[in-house]
Amino acid sequence: MKIRYGENCAKKFQIIKYGERIYIDGIYITLFPAGHILGSAQVLLEKKDYKILVTGDYKTTLDKTSQKFELVKTNTLVTEATFGLPIFCHPRPIEETKKIINSLKSKPHSNHLIGAYSLGKAQRIISLLRELGYSKQIYIHGSMTKINNYYLSKKINLGKYIQVDKNNINSLKGEIILAPPSALKDIWSRKISNKIIGMASGWMNVKQRAKQKLIELPIIISDHADWNELTKTILDTEAEKVLITHGQEECLKYWCKKNGIDAEALNP
Amino acid sequence: MIHLTKLLESLTFTYSTNSKIELLVEYLKKRNIEEKGYTIALLTGNLSFKNIKKSTLLNVLKKELDNYLFEQSYDYVGDLAETVALIWPKKNISKKISLHKIILDLRNSIDVEHTILEYLNNLTSQERWAFIKLILGGLRVGFSSNLVKKSLAIYGNKKINEIENIWNGISPPYQSLFLWLEDKGNYPSIEISKTFSSFMLASSFDTKQIINIKETDEYFFEYKWDGIRVQIVAYEGKTIVYSRSGENITNSFPDIKVNSSKLLVLDGELLVGKNFLPFTFNHLQKRINKKKPSAAQLLALPAFVKVYDILYLNGEDIRNKKLYERRKILENWFSINKNYNLDISKLVKFYSKKKLENLYKKLPFIEGLMIKKKSSQYISGRKKGYWYKWKKDPKYLDAILMYAQRGHGKRSSFYSDYTLGVWSENTVIPIAKAYTGYTDNELNKIDRFIRKNTIAKFGPVREVKKELVVELAFDDAQKSVRHKSGIALRFPRISKIRWDKPASEVMNLEQIKKDLLITLN
Repeated sequence: MKIRYGENCAKKFQIIKYGERIYIDGIYITLFPAGHILGSAQVLLEKKDYKILVTGDYKTTLDKTSQKFELVKTNTLVTEATFGLPIFCHPRPIEETKKIINSLKSKPHSNHLIGAYSLGKAQRIISLLRELGYSKQIYIHGSMTKINNYYLSKKINLGKYIQVDKNNINSLKGEIILAPPSALKDIWSRKISNKIIGMASGWMNVKQRAKQKLIELPIIISDHADWNELTKTILDTEAEKVLITHGQEECLKYWCKKNGIDAEALNP
Repeated sequence: MIHLTKLLESLTFTYSTNSKIELLVEYLKKRNIEEKGYTIALLTGNLSFKNIKKSTLLNVLKKELDNYLFEQSYDYVGDLAETVALIWPKKNISKKISLHKIILDLRNSIDVEHTILEYLNNLTSQERWAFIKLILGGLRVGFSSNLVKKSLAIYGNKKINEIENIWNGISPPYQSLFLWLEDKGNYPSIEISKTFSSFMLASSFDTKQIINIKETDEYFFEYKWDGIRVQIVAYEGKTIVYSRSGENITNSFPDIKVNSSKLLVLDGELLVGKNFLPFTFNHLQKRINKKKPSAAQLLALPAFVKVYDILYLNGEDIRNKKLYERRKILENWFSINKNYNLDISKLVKFYSKKKLENLYKKLPFIEGLMIKKKSSQYISGRKKGYWYKWKKDPKYLDAILMYAQRGHGKRSSFYSDYTLGVWSENTVIPIAKAYTGYTDNELNKIDRFIRKNTIAKFGPVREVKKELVVELAFDDAQKSVRHKSGIALRFPRISKIRWDKPASEVMNLEQIKKDLLITLN
């Protein structure tokens, strides 16, 4: 959090391990891995015998750069719903990553500038590229360096990466370059010559969305649960009540009711 | 099907026109003749299934999908094919079913809903998307019929007008076309009545040539009407109207009717107006994209054509005759055939250079003059030295940069699309949008100005401090109720960036209206 939001982003910090049960004001609190990004957590709240689980952002798909999602049974489930529409069914991340490798094979002189969030997504893409045997250095936008270094300190293999700077930006050729989505159309990216613009995001699933953003290489990879994961998790947690927040609440609510589960949209 | 799917997908995510053409040409090189033909038909909107409507597909969906979830998803995605492709529960790997087989299956189906269902269940998600595009059209891959014809010309190393000339006479799967393109067959012969003859075009007139022109008697002068170029083909009581690129636009203009038993082909400018007096281009625009104009529109905005050339008469090709001969034939035809929606475009007479220049300055409603060599045959394309267009000098106006948006293609990281305004009371109100006219260097500088002076963002649009003054060039100004300013500029473009001029010195709207609209009344 300090790397991302600055040293003073909270008044007080308290480190809690996954699975460690702490007691505050009559409530027991336990954190469980959410599988979203490194260190992400679901929060279980317990009072007497009643359990409330808040998933936060999560995914159940395996990801080498993050702890594995842990299923927790609960009475009430507060779930995210970023991709709470049945059209969202994420393809296999490794297959999607192959698109970058294949494009690079057919256009070996083009730079492949891929938009990816600096925290989590960028490291996951690098890790997936390594899994596919891509061993060359990968160039990254300055906003990613600290986070990459942190992942490295947690023993996550990212191979060799180099920050794009004034000295090398003009001479890049046939490289993979990762940058936050906001930098794709910014002055920063102008100096990168002969480039193919890609974007790694769950939203790339919808072609017209990718087209609006003038993306040439859409990579459908998300750190959020897709429709099947969302609905399966609801069933697996055995929750009798579901509160839905952050995203497409209505369809998930409808689905819960159709399956005999009490559900409400929780609008903060 | 998998190849077509990949092509459509690549086209969707390719933004440069040349790269799109390259993709299609590469595709044509590899596919078999049926696949090529049906793909071309699909891309040009000429593939249809008489037994399938949108409702046919919706029926299938209603039976198979949860309606609420489908409706919500469709609402979110906004594209039927894509929604179905994504929401359909079956996941498959491609069975590589051929495009030709799918088309035959659909055409010959006795229970088409069942056939559609079978295919939806057997195709991959991406193929499903292409499949629905195939049966319902509405591709949204950003590839016009013109570009398809251009690609075909490149593929077969032929001239584009050779393709345009036969395009309306051939039909899917275009076997004769491909045999000819691949040098395996003759130039396709088509029914003469389906001919579209590529237009003869004019080059820009350089005013230095005026001396030569006026001192000889070799040229006709005509008004350059501000409408759209059309070709009227009439035979056996039927009338077809083609646009400049050979698109059949008859349905949009049912008011253009010519009665001729044998083939007659006329060339002219389509306008809207009454008593052969044209309304503004804005009015015409309301009719151009209407596939089926309403009775009210036909009454309020009747179309007519100012005819200036004739290509066929009584089934005979007269394009080899000289312009003055064709003109005589045209005038003869007009004297016999009275028509309420056709008018002959009169020749402009003048007796001295001075008179010509005076006349040229005063042209109302008209883009400029056409200058045509009397001895010219009707030759497709732009033949130097035959026809000239002499456009009126542009008018100018200073305006203030208000909003900016990023452009497309190679300009996609630059703020290149501008909304410009002028003073009205104490605020600036929009008067025009402009996207062209600056150099790369200027664009760079304006882009920097915009990034430094942004005061608000609305999605992709930035509002900037009202400080930068730009000189706009435009062809004409017209009254408009659609625009807040009450004035519409024709073809506005940027002529100069006035870094030196303070925004406070820009004229106010009331004054501009007084100056510009004076000629209108």
